[in-house]
Amino acid sequence: MADLAANAPRFLADAQAIAAQVPDGAFVALPPDYSLVAAEVVRALVRRRARGLRLLGVPVLGYGADLLIGAGCVESVETSAVSLGEAGPAPRFTEAVESGALRVVDSTCPMVHTGLQATEKGVPFMPLRGVIGSDLVTERSDWKVIQNPLTSEPDPIVLAAAIEPDIALFHARWADRSGNVWIGRRRELATIAHASRRTYVTYEELRDGDMLEDELLAPGVLSSVYVTAAAPAARGAWPLGVVDLYAIDDAHLAHYGRVARTREGFERYLEEFVWRSTRERNSSPAPSHA
Amino acid sequence: MAEYAREELLACTVARLIGEAAHVAVGAASPIPATACALLLAQGRPLRVSLLHKRAGNPFTEGSRELFDLAGQGRIDVFFLGAAQIDGRANVNLVRAGGRRFPGSFGSAFMYFAARRTILFREEHSPRVLVPKVDFVSAPGVSAAGVWRRGGPQALLTGMALFRWQAERTRFRLESAHPGHDSAEIRARTGFDYDLAEPLASTPTPSAGELALLRGPVAREIAGNYPEFARRVWGRVAPV
Repeated sequence: MADLAANAPRFLADAQAIAAQVPDGAFVALPPDYSLVAAEVVRALVRRRARGLRLLGVPVLGYGADLLIGAGCVESVETSAVSLGEAGPAPRFTEAVESGALRVVDSTCPMVHTGLQATEKGVPFMPLRGVIGSDLVTERSDWKVIQNPLTSEPDPIVLAAAIEPDIALFHARWADRSGNVWIGRRRELATIAHASRRTYVTYEELRDGDMLEDELLAPGVLSSVYVTAAAPAARGAWPLGVVDLYAIDDAHLAHYGRVARTREGFERYLEEFVWRSTRERNSSPAPSHA
Repeated sequence: MAEYAREELLACTVARLIGEAAHVAVGAASPIPATACALLLAQGRPLRVSLLHKRAGNPFTEGSRELFDLAGQGRIDVFFLGAAQIDGRANVNLVRAGGRRFPGSFGSAFMYFAARRTILFREEHSPRVLVPKVDFVSAPGVSAAGVWRRGGPQALLTGMALFRWQAERTRFRLESAHPGHDSAEIRARTGFDYDLAEPLASTPTPSAGELALLRGPVAREIAGNYPEFARRVWGRVAPV
């Protein structure tokens, strides 16, 4: 991967242009389903037939990852879990792991956060309590149990190696003309942006002015220093949600959870909601997912 | 006696297990623990409830790591864990068994240590869930001497029975059978060994007062975050 983001923000045309910036084989950090997934970019990655992606769940994965896995875009996932929440198990993930087609690097939520926080600080590892005695420790060669060096009492403690994603990818409510993006309280998005070499963001709306000069907006802003490029994508999280704008489409996720249990059902789903919507976009200026 | 749904019995039982806690955290896909917390709040209990997956008005402003940081600081009294497999040493497996893949460990490998008490909850009570030994330890029920651990298992609640964890014996004790289930059936459906309380009690059923709260303010509260669950248990309810 190239260098960290420069100071001049770049605006790209749309989600497809962002998908073109994600090379095959990249290590891509994604948020959970409840936290601003760039679903329109996920669909564009399927359309550009991305291959060999290594996904990092921060700290878990859901619909977006399952779509990429089912479409053959993914080589491995490092995550604490993959699930559709109330809509049940992630069907393409489950099938891919059980058939041996997908490698899973199993983690536990705070170890993902801790590994990213180490990268935020530029240190090689960071300790966390708990975890010792879990079989995860024996599977993870990048986790080490050491004696707490600050005490003479026996006190084993686990270290998380710094996690450095190539790319952070997520959706945001707003971008401004300075290239700042507003993520609100979803601060895990800031963590993955801080820790990743490049950060690509789709946004609902472009705001005039500089959000960092607004005291009420500024605490929810991710500064443009971390943003490699941003692109507009209205309803870009659908079928997932953006709080106060549109809710998670539970009925759609339940539908996906049912039909994607079979390979044939998943292919029909892709045809209807990923491939066909491109053709509609190409023949109409106003795409709709309704 | 009032008619009640099995989910209502389980929620009332969880509410009793929570007891005098000050701060309860509820993780992913846990509608029954969330219902129990909403019931305690509706009863006017001074309880802080942090719902990890609350869609609007989520309690965390530092992102999803804040729950784990709170637990690490000792600010979470009660947490809940479900699992694909649970064994008689209270180990939990959320990863894989017998060629089958499950979603993954979530925060279990940390929260089981850091929360003061963990209530294990799994509706399916069968030999494939309650096993002699888990195939994969996502999080251990017991830690070796010298390993930091603030808390551990308190109880195991299933759709059939309630087991108490006995820390000094590192074994479960069958505390009560839910109405309609008996000691022999529970023994036959449990893959691990456990101690018995004689005579075996029956799990208390929901009171009329509890049911009125569950079907009123609690149902409306739960419908906002767990719409499918609320529809299944209470039919159509308008969320608050």
